[in-house]
Amino acid sequence: MTMRILKPGMLSSFQDQGRTGHQPLGVSVVGAMDQRAHRLANILVGNETDCASLEITITGPTLQFTQACCLALCGADLSPTLNGKPVAMNRPLIIRAQDELQFGAKKNGTRTYLAVHGGFAIPDVLGSQSTYLRSHFGGWYGRALKRGDEIPLQHPLKEFGSNGEGLDALAQALWSIKLYLPGTIAGSSRAQIRLIKSQQWEEFTPASHEALLSQPYRISPDSERMGYRLQGPDILMTTPRQMISEATTFGTIQVPAGGQPIVLMADRQTTGGYPKIAYVATVDLPLLAQMGPGDIMQFELVSLEAAQALDAARARAFIDLARALAPVRTLLLNH
Amino acid sequence: MSPNIFTLRPQGDRCLSIDFGHTIRLETGQLCLSAAATLARAQLQGVTDIVPSYTAVALYYTPGVELGGTDFGTLCAQVRETLNTELIQATTSARQVDIPVCYGGKHGPDLAEVAKKIGISEQEVIQIHTRPGSMVFGLGFSPGHPYIGVHDALFALPRRDVPRTAVPAGSVAIANCQSTIYPTLLPGGWHILGATPLKLFDLNRAQPSLLLPGDQVRFIAVSEQEYDQLAAQLAQVTA
Repeated sequence: MTMRILKPGMLSSFQDQGRTGHQPLGVSVVGAMDQRAHRLANILVGNETDCASLEITITGPTLQFTQACCLALCGADLSPTLNGKPVAMNRPLIIRAQDELQFGAKKNGTRTYLAVHGGFAIPDVLGSQSTYLRSHFGGWYGRALKRGDEIPLQHPLKEFGSNGEGLDALAQALWSIKLYLPGTIAGSSRAQIRLIKSQQWEEFTPASHEALLSQPYRISPDSERMGYRLQGPDILMTTPRQMISEATTFGTIQVPAGGQPIVLMADRQTTGGYPKIAYVATVDLPLLAQMGPGDIMQFELVSLEAAQALDAARARAFIDLARALAPVRTLLLNH
Repeated sequence: MSPNIFTLRPQGDRCLSIDFGHTIRLETGQLCLSAAATLARAQLQGVTDIVPSYTAVALYYTPGVELGGTDFGTLCAQVRETLNTELIQATTSARQVDIPVCYGGKHGPDLAEVAKKIGISEQEVIQIHTRPGSMVFGLGFSPGHPYIGVHDALFALPRRDVPRTAVPAGSVAIANCQSTIYPTLLPGGWHILGATPLKLFDLNRAQPSLLLPGDQVRFIAVSEQEYDQLAAQLAQVTA
């Protein structure tokens, strides 16, 4: 009935769509860094509502399952193996009692999302299962997983389904379901991260605009779930001024006086008072979430209208995919 | 509300901010709270979070009008209509919260320095700080972390040059004519005048946050002995 943590990996924590609705109290949204991979993993295991997935970072954990279940792995390819044999990314997989899931070398990306059918049996705190690492609540006791943790599953699978079919038959039936992932969901690798100008854009020097849109920026080593510090040409205001603190967003590019920009990520504080030059378009946040320290990015501008159209198109594609994969859900619920 | 009193701007593709001014003033803060309350009551499609701050209100939303979300243009029109036709008074006077504070000593390591910088006595600093009439503009930085103001102009001290790496939970501190209270052990650069035994954020309470935007706050000076008694009582309640 549980997922046992034999090795925790670098940073494995439960995350969902985020803890919205409590920002006025100073409660950070947190949630999955790569919302696209998180959502896809949930849909692939037939979850109709948002359940927390396990966000796995660069070095994966070793997990043992004490009962059968259905899981999916999306996002970074960290060479997952089941009992030593490679397993597919982006597919519903049937896991049997005593199976061991391990991760190896990083092939691409930074974060893998592991979702299980029915979700993990962990409590909601303020309406979300996400781990708030800095404030120590949500998820599994408010922290990253440790060796020896045993996480209960909401809906493990029985050895035999309601019609007497075994797990092999279920796995076969799942495997035969055609899976087509449109580009907006599969994640085409873009060379450029798209930015929307901030209201303060014109207050920055022309040289700063030029640098931001033509020069590479490198993610510094001290970047994590809260924010990415970027290293590159300085971004400067023509006339530096103090800003009044206000609400922040996922993807805000703020610029402290030193001139090295910071992109606010999932664990950002709810308010901030640095000047802002631009915002990362929501559709490209998953690309950023899959980058890590040392990675280099380049930016280009996108209009607000175009960014919103792309964001809505992805949301629509997810709804269509969930509908197309209704047979997965039916198979798992009937088992 | 007069149409010229606010301006709208996008904060990226999932947030709209409404600006009500450019300086930290009590009236502007109250306007933000009134607008936030009015917009919350309007239940605009796609809006997930409404966050007031000193001079602005941020509306977070999900994409796609036909998906139950919204977009910038649609939301702007709705916000203008809502704020121009109806405005409920924020309940700024509904709650008054008293905060017992033990000033100086081990709880307020910066009290003496603050008094010296301003050029008044420690007792006068406490007198000014305990005057009624302060309001919670908003919460941020960490859960339950309030920004309270606006204090007397004498408290216009900038933050410390070198922030402390660890400020104890309950510390009451000032900077730039405002107060804050640290809910947990946190880094911070404000001047610490004292400490309260009250818990600012507690998930075991129905409303985890002790303070809410718009609350009227009154700091009440207590002795170290009273502080210890209160702390002991609170520990018993939660045990």
